[in-house]
This record gives sequence, structure tokens and C-alpha cells, in this order.
Amino acid sequence: MKKQSRILIVIASISLILVFLFPIWRIYLDAPQYPEGLGLNIWINKVTGLNPNDLATINGLNHYIGMEKIMPDAIPELSIMPWIIIALIGWGLFASFLNKKWAVYVWLGAFIIVGAVGLYDFYQWEYTYGHNLNPDAPIKIPGMSYQPPLIGQKQLLNINALSIPFVGTYVILFSVLITFFVLIKENKMEKNK
Amino acid sequence: MIKNKIFSLLLCGLIFGLVITGCSNQQEAGGTDEAAKRVYVAPGQYDEFYTFMSGGFSGQVTVYGIPSGRLFKIIPVFSQDAESAYGYSEETKAMLNTSYGFIPWGDAHHPELSETDGVHDGKWLFINENNTPRVARIDLTEFETAEILELPNSAGNHGSPFITENNEYVVASTRFSVPIPQKDVPIKSYKENFNGTISFIKVDKKTGEMSIGFQILVPGFNYDLAHAGKGPSHDWAFFTCYNSEEANSLLEMNASRNDKDFIAAVDWKLAEKYVSEGKAKKVVTKYAHNYMNEKTQTAISVMNNEVFILDPKDAPGMIYYLPTPKSPHGVDVDPTGQYIVGGGKLSSVLPVHSFDKMIKAIENKQFDGDVDGIPILKYDAVIAGEVKEPGLGPLHTEFDDNGFAYTTAFISSEIVKWKVGTWEVVDRVQTYYSPGHLSVPGGDTKKPWGKYVISLNKITKDRYLPTGPALCQSAQLFDITGDKMKLLLDFPTIGEPHYAQSIPAELLMKNSKKIYKLEDNEHPYAAKGVKETKVERKGNEFHITMGASRSHFTPDNIEGAKVGDKVYFHVTNFEQDWDIPHGFAVIGNKNSELLIMPGQTRTIIWEPQKVGVYPFYCTDFCSALHQEMQGYIRVSAQNSNPEIKFTLGE
Repeated sequence: MKKQSRILIVIASISLILVFLFPIWRIYLDAPQYPEGLGLNIWINKVTGLNPNDLATINGLNHYIGMEKIMPDAIPELSIMPWIIIALIGWGLFASFLNKKWAVYVWLGAFIIVGAVGLYDFYQWEYTYGHNLNPDAPIKIPGMSYQPPLIGQKQLLNINALSIPFVGTYVILFSVLITFFVLIKENKMEKNK
Repeated sequence: MIKNKIFSLLLCGLIFGLVITGCSNQQEAGGTDEAAKRVYVAPGQYDEFYTFMSGGFSGQVTVYGIPSGRLFKIIPVFSQDAESAYGYSEETKAMLNTSYGFIPWGDAHHPELSETDGVHDGKWLFINENNTPRVARIDLTEFETAEILELPNSAGNHGSPFITENNEYVVASTRFSVPIPQKDVPIKSYKENFNGTISFIKVDKKTGEMSIGFQILVPGFNYDLAHAGKGPSHDWAFFTCYNSEEANSLLEMNASRNDKDFIAAVDWKLAEKYVSEGKAKKVVTKYAHNYMNEKTQTAISVMNNEVFILDPKDAPGMIYYLPTPKSPHGVDVDPTGQYIVGGGKLSSVLPVHSFDKMIKAIENKQFDGDVDGIPILKYDAVIAGEVKEPGLGPLHTEFDDNGFAYTTAFISSEIVKWKVGTWEVVDRVQTYYSPGHLSVPGGDTKKPWGKYVISLNKITKDRYLPTGPALCQSAQLFDITGDKMKLLLDFPTIGEPHYAQSIPAELLMKNSKKIYKLEDNEHPYAAKGVKETKVERKGNEFHITMGASRSHFTPDNIEGAKVGDKVYFHVTNFEQDWDIPHGFAVIGNKNSELLIMPGQTRTIIWEPQKVGVYPFYCTDFCSALHQEMQGYIRVSAQNSNPEIKFTLGE
């Protein structure tokens, strides 16, 4: 591979460190009584409130519809994900060092699989929280479930939920695009030879 | 003699009546489209200023928005408040301790905002209590009373709590002179046995905590109001006094004889020096100091037993008397710190003293005798000018940002605007009726914000829908941005609003607390979560450590209490969400309800008298299932031995 390509792969790998510094997803909850805003940040290793006490507040409100408490410690993915990202960073650097295209292909493949599985898993969690409701809940509306959308907005009783990817996800997309770009360039150069 | 008195009283009444009838015929600018626009704060929008008004005989402080005149909050300070449980709950009862014991009521007078470099800094609000001499400090992040300090050797703490430019001191002068220390003497021995005091209360720069720095023993006059100097007069504080006649009966006549009474000028820097040199005498006395412990959210009351008193005889050059006509009430220092205005309430002119001239007169010893060794300065040597026709019964003056002063005239019921320096009256407006204090935002500081003057009226008569014999007092808002003052708004107040101070909203709203952090709650009976809730017996005390969250109490079924127990409900509000208080009330409670803010723990004692099962419930409509937020406590016979049980959801 060209030196330039190898540097780009290093940049793509290193920039993944940013995934630790920003949430990957954000859910805004808009309700009449919360003019100050209410919401959740989903990180690769934790779930936090948009404001300091939001998680507790959301859990408090959710008990009316019988939703299970969101307890980050009880979500095993949050302790696995960081290691997967570290592995991705490591493999990217290794691929650049190895200077072999197949290693980059493996990296990109792993990347896409991790992304897809991650999104599916996130959807599964949302589905579980939204459907696994306590039958003794004070508020029961036949046929109503409370699964927030993966992307986009949805009215859930008095709350309008808006779910969007956040900075962490854009960083991952950036890395993937760079990798694509590198592979395309390398392939072109090979053809031209 | 008696006849003469009756005649004078009748004459006073007549003048008063004429003035009032005269006023109601006046035209007003209020009610016009323009005035309405000026005071209209659209739904969801904020007022420009917070205005803190004294609640007068309600003992509290009220918080209004200006220009809308909307009432936001009543802060309980000197009186019990059954709504918030202030003075009823175990955590707040100690705030109302005094050397006389627990006092459920107070007479609040003058709110005074803390200052940095002579400008309001938005940290604290001080307010005095007249009847049982005290000064309170309100924390402006919570809008709650944080501290109350009793003042010994004082009676009628009226001239208070005026503040120096960097909160070095809060000053307090005694309205009534009394024997100091108190003793059993004939009232007629007033002249030989009675004295006044002026107190200088130190304020801790960081915490705001108050302590009495020292007191000055002064002749037995009535000390009325005060203001600290600023700029060049920074080291000085000024105190009006009347009854220089030292009358002890029928003061309205006997204390009105002298042509001139005094403004006492005190060099507090020099006083401080004398105290540090050991010139002050340590005097044994008794006074309460009550303050909120932030961590436990519980008031602590400490009884102190000594103060340092300076006798002017041992402290030469510390205090001078400025002769001021006819029983002066207010004393107000202009923004430059150069002019000291005395509100001679029975005077036909408004005298303005010059600080520079006062210093020169002191240097040149231009004295006109003395009172108990306190030199009286020559009137002509200190006077800067006199405002002619300041209205009848001038009381208080505040200043704007354009070099004008505004003085209330109680008897002629008006505000008179005059120019500082030329002493010329440039405008006057009627008020409805009989204003005491007035308030310009920042109007007693180095940098007034101006814009409005609020007239604080003692009498309302026909101004509002009648409510029987007891009518409200009122505030009136005037625009002062133009040459002419314009009445914009007229609104009722709680209690008698003796004085008010305003501060731009943005200086306070950003610091306003939303919740108390549960993790910082160190109350000994706090439940920081469901797991910490418990019920335990300690002799005949039955302690219930419970939590409140939407929409239940934990526990909500309690058994094991007995007739004759003191049942302590320690309720922690588990919420960490903005504006979600919970209330607590139990049937037949002779105390009060509780209103508990998020993260807070509050305790109320209930003493059941008969066996049975009794409900308790949340009094604050906290949530959609608020009506379900209830519980039961079972009370067994006194001689029984019931098992303690506490559950939720079983």
C-alpha cells in the first residue's frame, strides 16, 4: 500500500478514540412538563441523562407504564463494547503496520459486522424495554407499547421521543468512509499498473 | 394643656383628611395603552427585576417581579408558616429561637441586598425584625432564610439592616432606648437610666455568617433609620435619631418640641480600631444565633453571652451629631457618597448634609456643644443645601442613575423629584395613599439601575375592591425614564411593605437552585433510597424514616405506634427533578403540614391520642396519581406491645 493510504488507516483507527468521548446515540424526550428538556445519552460504555438527574427522572416516570428501570450496570453490552472498539483500533494500526490490503479488508468487514450487530442489539433493547411491561402498572393502555424509535420520532403518550445518532456514530462512519476511500484508491492504482 | 393636645390632634386629622380627598381627584397615567405596554410581561416571558419587599407585620419577605407586579414567593423569615412548615418542622423550629424563648412572629422592615464595591452582588438579602431585635440573612440561591441573629441591648430594631459597601458590616440602631443592661427602675428616670445602642454586625465574606462585631452605647434617643456611606464616605455610617428631648410619654408631642434632632455620623473604621485596641468593654448578655446547617438542612441555635460595647467617652472622634430639623426619619446617602439627606418628617425643608463639609467642620472643630461628650456639629457648617417644598412629611429618599433624587412625602401623599446639587424640585406625583419608603432599583447603591420608582403605600382606601375593614397595603410603580414621573401600575402587597429593593433578574436567576442533591443530604434521618427507609422506637419516640416519590410513600403501611408516643415523620423527597415537591399531612396533627423540596428531608411530630388506624397523604399535587399517594399508620393502646411493621405494596 502507498504510504498515504497507511497514514489514512492510522488516522481512521486513532480517531475511534473519540468514540469514548462522545455518546453514540441520543434520545430526546419532549413533554409539556419538561421545558428544560429530558433525554438520554447512549455511550459505548454507559447510559446517562442529558441533564444530571434525567436517568432517575425517566425511570421514575416509566414506572407508571410499568417499564423496567434502565440500569446501565445490568446491560452487559456496555462492558463489552469498549473492548471491541479497542480491538478495532488495534487491528487498524496492525493492518497499517502489516501493510497488507487483506488486513484492511478484514478490518472493514469486522467494522461493518460490529456496526450492524450493534444496531440490531440496540433495537432489541429498545424493543424489550418498550414491550416488557409490568402487568400491575398504573397506566395500562390496551395495545400500547413504548418502544422508542431507532432513528426518528414517535409520540409515546405525552412524550415525543426523538432518537438520533450522535457524534460517536459519526466518528465511526468517518472511519469506515476513510477505509472505503483507501481501498478504492489502492484498487484503482493496482488496475493502472 | 389636654385641650391643646386634642386640638392639635384634630388639626392633624383634618390636614390628613384634606390631603386624601385632594388626592383622589388627581389624574393618573396608569391604565393608558402606553402604561399597559410597559408593565405587560407576555406569558412565558420574564420580568426585568426581582423586587424583594418587606412583609411588614407578616414577618416575612415577598418576592415580586417588576414591571409586572406579580407575586412569586413569600419567604418565611420571622413568622411561622404552616404552609412550608417553617418554624413548625424539627429542622426549622430553631430559626425562631431567641433569648426570650421561641417567638412565632416578627415585624419585618427593611430588606437590604448584599453589596460588592457598593453595588448589589445578588448573594444575600438581609432583613431586620423590629419587635424582638433580630437580623435575618436570606440565601438568594434558595430564596430561604439561612440565618437569624438576635441583637442584645436593643429594643425595636428599626434602623437596620443597612449595609456597608462590601458587606463589611450590617448596621442596626435601636428605636427604643431602654435601661442597658435591663433593670427595675421608674419609667420617669428615663433621662438618667435609658440608653440606645448602635450595633455593627460582621458578615463573613464567603459564607455570609453574621456575628456582632461591636456595639456603641449612645444617648437615650430614638434611633430610627440608617445608611452606610459610600465612595469618599465609605468608612462612615449615618443614623437618624428623634426624641432628643428624651421623653418617655406622649412622644408625639413631647418628642416633637426641638427644632432639630440629629443624624449620628459614626466612623466605623475608627470604632473598629478602638475595639482592636481593647477600648470596648466586654458585657455579659444573652442572644440567640440561629443558622441553617447546609449539610443536614437543619437549623442550629446557639445562645451567645457576650458583646463588646464601646462608650463614645472612651472613643474620641468616633461619633458626631449632625443637627437635622424636626425628628428626621430616613437618612439616605447619594450614589457619590457625598450627600446625606435627612428626612425631617415634621420639617418644611429637606436638609442635605455634605460629607466633605462634615469632615472640614470636624477638623476645624466647628461644634455647637455636645450630648454626653458627643460633639454636635454646627448646622451651617455641614449643610450642603435644603430642598424647599419637599412635600409634607418627607420620609425617605432614593436616587436614580441621572443625578436625581426621589423623596416620599407621607402627609401630602406624593413623591417629589429633585436635582442633587441644585436642590431644585423638578417634578411631583401623587401616590395613593401616604407612602412610607420608596424604592428605585439599586436606588441606595453606588450605581442605581434607575428606570422605575416604586412607592410603598400605607393606605389604600378606595383603590381596590373592598375586602371589609381590613384592606391591603399597596405598591405603585412609576416610570422615571422621562422628565415626568408616570404612574404605570398599582398592586396590592402582603403585610405592610416598609421597604423594597430590586435587582436585575439575570443576576439572580442563573444561580437559583432547582433541587437539593440527595447525595449531599446529611440529615441524620434522611433516607437516600428505599433501602434506607425504616421505623424504630426509642422510648416513647417512634421514628419513621420514610421516602416520598411519585406517587407513593415508602413505607405506606406502618404499625407499632402507641397512644402517647411522639411520632416523628422524617420524610425525604426522593425526587431529583425540578419543581416536584411532595407534601405530607396526617389526620389530627396539631402541628403543620410538611412541604418537602426534591432531595430534602423534613420532620414533623404527631402525637396520637386514640387507638385506631389513621391516614396520611401527600398535600402537593405532585403527579397524575397524587390522589393515590397516601398511607396508614396504626396506633395501638398505650399499655400494649405492638410489633413494628412497615411495608409498601404488600
